[in-house]
Amino acid sequence: MTLPPLPDEAIVIKAHVDDWRAAVREAGRALVRSGSTRSEYADRMIAVIEEFGAYVVIAPGLALAHARPGPDVRREGLAVVTLAEPVPFGHPHNDPVRVVVGLAVSNAEEHVASVARLANAFNDSGIVGRMARAETADELRALLGFDGAAEAEA
Amino acid sequence: MKIIAVCGLGIGTSAILKVNAERALDRLGLTANVDASDLAGIATAAADAQVILTSSELADAVRAAIGRSFAEIVEVSNYFDVEEIGAKLETSLG
Repeated sequence: MTLPPLPDEAIVIKAHVDDWRAAVREAGRALVRSGSTRSEYADRMIAVIEEFGAYVVIAPGLALAHARPGPDVRREGLAVVTLAEPVPFGHPHNDPVRVVVGLAVSNAEEHVASVARLANAFNDSGIVGRMARAETADELRALLGFDGAAEAEA
Repeated sequence: MKIIAVCGLGIGTSAILKVNAERALDRLGLTANVDASDLAGIATAAADAQVILTSSELADAVRAAIGRSFAEIVEVSNYFDVEEIGAKLETSLG
């Protein structure tokens, strides 16, 4: 089970954003930079939250921004954006959000395995805080269980 | 026994919920089939389920979507907190 690659282009550390939409857009831009999605995907991630509410805030301080597979997804991809100042997404228990993980999948099947691995990485309750404090892309990759630079570039 | 993990799209968050519900059941020594579903498919998926796991954010939408089902809706705040999921499952399966 492997996560999608997480190259430097897909990581933004301590971004300054005004609101949750800007935070999700930041993740959308990171997915575009890494070649995973086209720019329209960010709009679809925002639309999911507008339609269903802030359920994507799946743990205290952590949002998993994503949308359905679609023509704007070139290949499966992962992005991580940490926020300099936390922003509320409107979740009753898990606000404010300090870390946004962006996820794009090209089909639902290939995806369950990588999500399971993401679940493993986040099983440690202190990880969101440590990610929010991370200063480098390598630090973030290490927290998520990437073995090293080779895997990040794969 | 059948448990359904529900999120808006049926990809991503429900998959995480499914993985951690399986872990929680394992710790409790219980066995159940845990499936993931999206909101659109929940009525069909929940027809023969005992428990529906979802975010507190989606619980009302799930309630509206399942109509007359006997499944109990369990609201999870932290999808990564296997202890929270386990305690809530234990209560509802009690």
